[in-house]
Amino acid sequence: MSASTVTLAPPNPALTRLARPHVVGDALTIAWRNLLNIRRNPQLLVFATIQPVIFVLMFRYVFGGAIHVTGVSYVDYLMPGIFVQTVVFGSLTTGVGLAEDLQKGLVDRFRSLPMARSAVLVGRTLADLVRNLFVVILMCVVGLLVGWSPSGSLPEIVAGVGLVLGFAYSLSWLFAIVGLSVRDSETAQAASFPILAPLVFASSAFVPISSMPGWLQAFANHQPVSAVVNAVRSLTLGGATVSHVFTAVAWIVGIVAICAPIAVSRYRRAV
Amino acid sequence: MNGTSPPAIRATDLYKSWGDVHALKGVSFETPAGTVLGLLGPNGAGKTTAVRILTTLLKPDRGTAEVLGVDVTREPMRTRASIGLAGQYAAVDENLTARENLRLVGRLTHIPLDETLRRADALLERFALADASHRLVRTFSGGMRRRLDLAAALVHEPPVLFLDEPTTGLDPQGRTELWAFIEELVGAGTTLLLTTQYLEEADRLADRIIVIDHGNVIAEGTAAQLKARLGATVIEVAFDDHENAKRAAAELGRVGELALDGKEVRVSVADGGPAMLETVRILDAEHLNPRTMALREPTLDDVFLTLTGHAAEEAREEVSS
Repeated sequence: MSASTVTLAPPNPALTRLARPHVVGDALTIAWRNLLNIRRNPQLLVFATIQPVIFVLMFRYVFGGAIHVTGVSYVDYLMPGIFVQTVVFGSLTTGVGLAEDLQKGLVDRFRSLPMARSAVLVGRTLADLVRNLFVVILMCVVGLLVGWSPSGSLPEIVAGVGLVLGFAYSLSWLFAIVGLSVRDSETAQAASFPILAPLVFASSAFVPISSMPGWLQAFANHQPVSAVVNAVRSLTLGGATVSHVFTAVAWIVGIVAICAPIAVSRYRRAV
Repeated sequence: MNGTSPPAIRATDLYKSWGDVHALKGVSFETPAGTVLGLLGPNGAGKTTAVRILTTLLKPDRGTAEVLGVDVTREPMRTRASIGLAGQYAAVDENLTARENLRLVGRLTHIPLDETLRRADALLERFALADASHRLVRTFSGGMRRRLDLAAALVHEPPVLFLDEPTTGLDPQGRTELWAFIEELVGAGTTLLLTTQYLEEADRLADRIIVIDHGNVIAEGTAAQLKARLGATVIEVAFDDHENAKRAAAELGRVGELALDGKEVRVSVADGGPAMLETVRILDAEHLNPRTMALREPTLDDVFLTLTGHAAEEAREEVSS
């Protein structure tokens, strides 16, 4: 056939040059690949945003009338909870995507290349961060359309969005562990939901914690979703309290510090 | 092999188990640079485990694996720079184009971008994918994916290539096409380790063949040597039922080396003519009426049956059922 006129170059003698991993460059290459994947499957992004939009409409117009929060309109109370809920459920795509890469043998290919061991995970979590940025901006627009009027200053609101994204990033690492442990995408999805549902709903995201029974309040007051929601709420409502922001940042840093090393070590050993 | 340079691939006494499952039970083999070594065996024989160890994806419980004289477990990064791997499942990203897939591998092996793209285009041309280079891989046929997978393993021009069942699941035409590409590749001097459960494939592509079954090497040699172990000719006698095949097998052992495969009895003999006559006489005396009788050259299938006592095909069915 005509293709046979092209001949393969002789074995490259300077191969050891290739053997040095590029921690930053490799991660960016993988992020590029994952962002292309998102762009080539826009329907996934659409479905990922439809669900939070429905939540906004449902809580704003269906449940909202029955939920009374003193001193603040419910939509202003709700939106920080929606932001956090959106990225929390979105973060399981990190695990699902990794499980898919494992299933399809792509991880084997990556692990047989002289690239940095951390790159597949760092690259994917970075790509998911970009994806979350897009989704959060979209949710801001939806919020403004249904009457969200944040009273915080612009820097405070930007800081709030930053916290939401930081939290999403930390959870990506948590779900990376799930994805690497279960090794098929359906299981990754199924395994993630029971972790997520109690965190999101038994929190200050949609209703004041004081309306819950006492035993549940203990949990709801001391879990990361509430911490981040409280911080974002205080930032967007204006009059941010340093302690709320500090608690949220501590959760984010803590989750990354614990989950990232576990995820990387799981990736190394994944077979 | 010459005494100065180490073999391109060397496995020494490899053991690997998961609990009670012993995938490798002391496997050793080696192949000089520029040759093709075929690892032949049914599913679950341990071929893929051996490849995963040699390509740094898995650590052996015991034993050493070397590629170009480098211990793969001690220096995995150096090893990865000199190997290419294409697996059973075409490990390409479906949501990228063919060219983007090759670019991805090129970037991850730290080849400059312009060089990566030049090589990517040459490989796409070479593997008859140039027309499809800007199409998303999810629109590709199975054969095209396999060719792209092979191309992806070649972007960094590795001197040692591992192909784990490269044609499994391909239709006959796709298989023949891929064989042609592989032959061209080894013609250019690449050292190749190829695993396969297709005896025809090993026969066609490999200089030397290692037969693996249940984690052990049970035979090795050239295709010709392995066939020679069976004598020159095979007499094939097929019956309508298992019962008659068994009865015939009990009698025909006198004629030559015997293998029973379902309703078929195969006898390997040195001299075809007289042995055929004798077979006919025995069957006649026992009132056994075969459905068909044939005299043919031995294939590697016969080797496998004789060496393991079961057919490669049979073993495959057992595993998949």
